Amino acid sequence: MKDDVVEIRWHGRGGQGAKTACLLLADVAFSSGKYVQGFPEYGPERMGAPITAYNRISDHVCNVHSNIYHPNFVVVVDETLLKSVDVTSGLKENGALIVNSSKDPEEVRKEVPGYQGKICCVDAEKISMETLGKNFPNTPMLAAAVKVSNVIERDQFIKDMKSSFQHKFRHKPQVIEGNMKALKKSMEEIKVS
Amino acid sequence: MAIRERLSGNEAVATAMRQIDPDVMGAFPITPSTEIPQYFSDFIANGKVHTEFIPVESEHSAMSTCMGASAAGARAVTATSSAGLAFMYELLWVSASMRLPITMAVVNRALTGPININNDHSDSMGARDSGWMQIYAETNQEVYDNFIQAVLIAEACRLPIMVCQDGFITSHGVSNIDLIEDEKVKAFVGEYEPENYLLKHDNPLAVGPYGVSPYYMEIKRAQAQAMKDAMPVIRDVANKFYDMTGRQYGFFEEYKMDDADVALVVIGSSAGTGKEAVDRLRSEGQKVGLIKLRVFRPFPRIPLAEAMCKVKAVAIMDKAEGFSNSGGPLFNEARNSLYDLPDKPYAVNYIYGLGGRDITVEDFYDIYRDLYVICENDDPGDVYRYVGVRDSRY
Repeated sequence: MKDDVVEIRWHGRGGQGAKTACLLLADVAFSSGKYVQGFPEYGPERMGAPITAYNRISDHVCNVHSNIYHPNFVVVVDETLLKSVDVTSGLKENGALIVNSSKDPEEVRKEVPGYQGKICCVDAEKISMETLGKNFPNTPMLAAAVKVSNVIERDQFIKDMKSSFQHKFRHKPQVIEGNMKALKKSMEEIKVS
Repeated sequence: MAIRERLSGNEAVATAMRQIDPDVMGAFPITPSTEIPQYFSDFIANGKVHTEFIPVESEHSAMSTCMGASAAGARAVTATSSAGLAFMYELLWVSASMRLPITMAVVNRALTGPININNDHSDSMGARDSGWMQIYAETNQEVYDNFIQAVLIAEACRLPIMVCQDGFITSHGVSNIDLIEDEKVKAFVGEYEPENYLLKHDNPLAVGPYGVSPYYMEIKRAQAQAMKDAMPVIRDVANKFYDMTGRQYGFFEEYKMDDADVALVVIGSSAGTGKEAVDRLRSEGQKVGLIKLRVFRPFPRIPLAEAMCKVKAVAIMDKAEGFSNSGGPLFNEARNSLYDLPDKPYAVNYIYGLGGRDITVEDFYDIYRDLYVICENDDPGDVYRYVGVRDSRY
């Protein structure tokens, strides 16, 4: 991979919105002028089964159409996957593992033996319950991925997400504010080690 | 000015269809092409197109709908994948022999056995002898551009055409794309005005009659001629498209071939991954190249052979197993095209990517290494090979 391409791998469970978060990240990175890829890995999906999705974000056209094996960042939307999926496989040591968890990063580290890089935790469930009243972890996880990877500048991201939500939720405008709060809260509350 | 957008491959095709605004769409959903009629029916519901959308109970009926519409003088489109295409099989032959210029988006997916929803080319390659033209795309941009050109190609040749893209890899992958303004696309494709059609008042036409032996063979020969004559049509439409967009399309794309020692011939999205391998190997001083085949039907036999002759060894890549005991479909035709040439390269086959098996930049590295070994040994070894299969017996 050319060095300037940022590669992100998402792990979630069917129905949690990891694929949607991945496509939203492609959307906002596109809006900030980048070349993007956002693609899920499809299998016989059903609610609750582990799923994977990928992003490539770059200042240049990216030709590669394979899955991502050596990501810069890994986002885990459901922390129970730490036990069943090798989420840090190929993860670059100068990148980061971003986990939806109420635990401290050092506690999460015990669950990924052998991984030496940075670990970031954000309690997406708590943030989602506080801001949306329901458990939609993907919005806070998207904000966490942007904050940690720095692929988009914060203010630009907040601005683009607002217009994206206004489009996406044009029939449910009451949820826009909660989603915006969830993004900002996640960027503030994320814990890094 | 191009419209900068980000779309999935399926959205790109649906957008091209919206801009073309065909007369009729017959459709039955099947993964991974389902989103095409889904997005298109949104356009219909929102009054963006004037198409008669006919949802039917099977792909057999979807193709029958397109045939009836096309025979009546309408511009007809549809979309399908895998088992859906297989279910159309009989009608593919009928529509081609009736010379109906139907444009079909094929989102390539493995044919069942065992059931699988992921990408390979076994569906469209299985229909390669049906008399349909076939154009393949590496990216969302290409499938969009190909679909717009395909309508004109089909109508000028009076042959149906499949516009193929890789299931999920491009169909569900979002990436950057430059769209053309609606009015420019409309002007490019124009109105479809066939010379003869079923419901022409002053000269009614019988279509689909029984072909008795004294006529059948002449009909087939004329169909073969139409496929031959499609070559300059495809070139002319590409030139017209270039004038509109600045984007150039040929029968195939040569990537860094001019001074190459060895090369790949590949179809579809994996060409992009191959190009990354070419770039990296070139930065290490290895002169490697790549040929991405865009048009498989008609098969560009002579120009492709000339391009392959620039190198000492080629790896011809098939995303479909033909069970022929002599390699995949692309290999057989590409290798055959070299036969009459005096200074031909070694040509070996790699079957890859079946049922969604991923192929990586590193896999392409290994193939290029193999090609250098063939050159050094002056011996192709076994020409029928697999890449990415786990069973160590092969």
